[in-house]
Parts: sequence; structure tokens; C-alpha cells
Amino acid sequence: MERRIVYMDYNATTPLHPLVRDAMAADLGVFANASSMHEAGRAAKARVDAARAEVAKLAGVPNPDELVFTSGGSESNNTVFATMFHLGRKGGRRKIVTTAIEHPCVINAASWLRDEGFPVVFLPVDASGRVDMEAAEREIDGDTLLVSVMSANNEIGTVEDIPALCRMAKAKGALFHTDATQSAGKVPVEAAAWGVDYLTLSAHKIYGPKGVGALYVRKGAPIEPLIRGGHQEHGHRAGTYNNIGILGFGLAARLALEDLEGRAARIRVMRNRLRDGIVERVPDVRVNGHATEVLPNTLNVSFPGAEGEAILLYLDLEGVQVSTGSACASGSLEPSHVLLATGVGPELAHGSIRFSLGSLTTNEDIDYVLEVLPPIIKRLRRMSTVSVA
Amino acid sequence: MDAMQWLYSDIVLDHFKNPRNVFDPDEQFAYDAEGTVGNVKCGDQMMFMLRIGDDDVIRDVRWRTYGCASAIASTSMLSEVTKGLHIREAYNLKPEDIATRLGGLPDNKIHCSVLGDKALRAAIDAWLEKTGRAGLYRNEGATVICTCLNITDRDIETAVREGARNWEQLQERTKIGTVCGGCKVKGEALLHEYVHIFGEE
Ligand SMILES: Cc1ncc(COP(=O)(O)O)c(C=O)c1O
Ligand code: FES
Repeated sequence: MERRIVYMDYNATTPLHPLVRDAMAADLGVFANASSMHEAGRAAKARVDAARAEVAKLAGVPNPDELVFTSGGSESNNTVFATMFHLGRKGGRRKIVTTAIEHPCVINAASWLRDEGFPVVFLPVDASGRVDMEAAEREIDGDTLLVSVMSANNEIGTVEDIPALCRMAKAKGALFHTDATQSAGKVPVEAAAWGVDYLTLSAHKIYGPKGVGALYVRKGAPIEPLIRGGHQEHGHRAGTYNNIGILGFGLAARLALEDLEGRAARIRVMRNRLRDGIVERVPDVRVNGHATEVLPNTLNVSFPGAEGEAILLYLDLEGVQVSTGSACASGSLEPSHVLLATGVGPELAHGSIRFSLGSLTTNEDIDYVLEVLPPIIKRLRRMSTVSVA
Repeated sequence: MDAMQWLYSDIVLDHFKNPRNVFDPDEQFAYDAEGTVGNVKCGDQMMFMLRIGDDDVIRDVRWRTYGCASAIASTSMLSEVTKGLHIREAYNLKPEDIATRLGGLPDNKIHCSVLGDKALRAAIDAWLEKTGRAGLYRNEGATVICTCLNITDRDIETAVREGARNWEQLQERTKIGTVCGGCKVKGEALLHEYVHIFGEE
């Protein structure tokens, strides 16, 4: 019998869209260096620039020249923080304001600046994961060099009020960056309308290839290369063009915008059915994240009395693939920093599971998870030292 | 499932899927001694219940855990090994013995498996106390950490169980590291581990 596999880890990564895979496969023989002056090189460059135009649309910016291709979200985010390092060393503004729930690549880049002597503030969030606006108002001041807030969180899906936060930063003359890695392809991204200086995108979260991303840099915003070398990307990012990856990213970006609302609505209905079904069938659970300001595909639930890694692996045995905020799964002693920041407490954070849905999720998948999950929680709770009411 | 595709050995997988001697709330298991270690805040907690004969031989075992897959599997294996053992042999079981029987555990998971034998020892200590022999095996199989003062890992464990939570408090109770100081790194590492196991409060 064919073993049933239900992939519900789309926030970790997505499969290639079949059209993206076909387009990339068809181009595998295109080897010319997009920086070469000859005909083949110029043709390769034209394809890179066509992809750039698609990615610009995904970012919500009119001018494709404001996009720099990178190796992914981590590199884009690090490029922004490295730029701040160079700016801050020249004197003047140095303060960095970010949040307690950023992706580790932002948390660790900000911590690096703190170790280098920059004042760094990690803004608190409320119980739903939204940034504390009063704290933001207080901390964003005339010394602030950069404000960096993710547009949507990868673990709990909470969507932040980027336009309002960006206005706060602009009012104080600070630069503004948002990591839109998780928003793109799920909710509208509007870099120009929001008024941000920098915006991060990654291809593998939108059914494109791994190892490709982009950084939007508003014309006139300062930028220092993280990778120095040739003149590619106006000297902002050296390295021979990853033609085929960029081609795949461009097509994935175009497909991500096709009927964005319709696809989001379909996935939201299934996510809500999964959420309501779990709440109905499993006693004493806690749904983490914001009730309405949340990515349509993301559901994060804590199961008190059951440990997350054990839940994950029992689900895995049933073919259901999810992720957890438990410390045991990450190999550290600390559970998810995101859940802790929302104040859920370590016990609930250790017992959290993230279900993230995507384009291949079906109603049958939801039914299947609702069938196999409740007995797993029941079983773990029966063997648990923690009694659940 | 193919074991190669799995994180752990197939013995671990088997014990995870079908844990042996796990406590069943409906069963009304009568036991003579019980020991609990760990802390839910840290993501793992373990409880061992023992039924022991007058001859100090362990007749039956139950356990419960709030813990990950390797905590479940290693405690299941430990409970199998424990049955029929004299409490003294059970007291001296090493976590490495269990890991070996399980076909090995990933490095970062060894920690999860040591809770089981700590809970087992806590239960045996409770039994010894109940039968008027408190602390009988405490220093058996111990490793000397502080050579100047002959302080063992068991002494550190005991101090933490009695409330020491940092190096200063550990020194107050044991005087560890107060002569040459050469044992500080090792002592602190053990202290950290035991504080994690025996809880914050
Ligand atoms: C919010 C967020 N930012 C950044 C990244 C890193 O992106 P990449 O894997 O492309 O480096 C991820 C993905 O793990 C993410 O979820
Ligand atoms: S070894 Fe501990 S003080 Fe010398």
C-alpha cells in the first residue's frame, strides 16, 4: 500500500512549481556568463533582467533596478545589517531597533552589531505576536539608524503593521527594513507603497528554487556589499549570476501573483477547518498567533502535557510532516524564542506544533490530520508526568 | 519505515512506537517507591515507579514522561533492563549502557536519555530511605571530579538535589574547587547539567 504523505511544512520550504521546474530544466544547458559581452552572454543577461522585472512586481516596486539578487533571505537580511555596520562606524546614528520574534538570521545579525558596540533593542510583542507599538514609539528615536521588522512571522504567521512602523521610523529619519520572506506569495507585498528602504525575499518559500533571493534597496538608500568582487548587481553583490536559479525565481514570482487572493482564500478555508477541527477534537489546546492578522496558511498550536518533538515524530510515522518549537527538536535547551516572546511560557512552547499549508494541500489532507492527531495527543498525555485537565 | 530515513536507530523507533512498561492511568499500578526528576519548563520530566520485593529485587516497573522520542525510547529500554535486577545493580546502570542497547543515540540526545536513570535512582533512593537505609549506594560507581577534596559527580548531584543552583552555592555545600581550582570547568559543566535535570526551583 502506498504510504500517505501529508506535507504541512510549507513555511520551512516549498516544492518547485511544476512550471518552474520545467523552465529551469529547459535552461540547464544555458551556460553563458550573464556578464559576458558576446551574444550568448547578452541573452543570458536579458533573461536575468526579465526575472528581475517579475521579482520587482512581487516586491511591489515599479523599478526593477532597485532589486539585488542574492543567495536567499539570510543573505539579503545580512546585507542590510552589514551596511549598518559600515554606516554606524562612520559616526552619527547607531541605534538598531528590531523585534524579539525575527528569524534567527536577523536576531543573530543584530546581536553581532550589539557585540560590535551598537545599541540594539529587540522590541517586545503582545500575546498575539504583534509588535508593541508604544514600545516602538518610545524606542525609535533621533539616534535610530535602522528599524527592522518582519512583515510576517514564520512560526506563528502573525502579520505586522509595516506601514505604521515604517512611518514611525521615517518620522525620526531612520532607515526601515522588512523581511518579507514569509509574506510573499501569501499576502500582498507593497515595498513602494509601504515606503520601506529595504525588503527581503526568498525564492524557495514561493515554489521557486533554494539558494536564490533578492533584496530591494530603495533608490538612494545606502548599501554596502556583503560579498565583494566583480561588478555584478551594480557592485552591490559580486559573483557570477546564478542564471537558472534566477530564472526559476522570476517565474515563481510571476506565478505567486497569479490569483494571489483566490489561492490565499482557498488555503485559509482549509487552515480554519484544521484549526477548528483540532480545537473541537483535542481538549485543552492553545492556538498561538493572531486570530485575524495572520498568514492564511499558518497554524501554530500548543498541546499542554505533550512534548513537541514526540508529537512531531509520531505524526511523522503517520506520514504527516510538520515542525515544532520544542527545544528538543532544535538541539538547544531553549524552546522557540518567538513563542516565549508572546509570553506563552516554556511548557506551552515545548509542546507547540506548526502546521503550514500550501498549494498541494487538499481537504483530504486536513481530514487525515484530524484523524491521526487526536489519538497521538491522547496517548502522549496518558504517559505524561504533566496532568492535563 | 526504512530505518535509514529515520533520525534514530530502529531499536529506538521500536521502543518509541511501542513503549514498554509505560504507566497506564487505568491500571492502578501499586508501587513501593517512586522518583521524579526533570522539569517541564526545560522540556523533559521523568517519573519511575518500582515494585520491590523484600529481597531488594525489582519485581515490576512503570514510568511516565513528558519528553521527546529519545526520552521515551531510552526509558522504555531502561525499564526492560531494570526488571528482575537487584536495586544495587539497577542503581549502577549507566546511561551509556542504555544508549548502546538502543543502537546509539545522536549526541545532542544523550541528555534526554540520562533522565531515565536519574529517575530510577531517585526511586531507589526513596525505597532505601523508606527502609531505613538512606544514601546507602550514593557514592557507588561515582567519578571523582575534584581530586583535591575527593568530591564526586554523585556529591554534586546530591548538592543540586538539595538546592544548590550555582557555583557559589555548590561550593558552600561541597567546598569543591576551593584548593587548586583545577576542577572548575568540569564541575561547572556537571552543575549545569544537574540543575537542568533537577529543575530550576
Ligand atoms: C522569515 C524568514 N526570514 C529569512 C529566512 C531565510 O531565508 P533563506 O532560507 O532563503 O536564507 C526564512 C526561512 O527560513 C524565513 O522564514
Ligand atoms: S581539583 Fe578541585 S580544588 Fe583542586
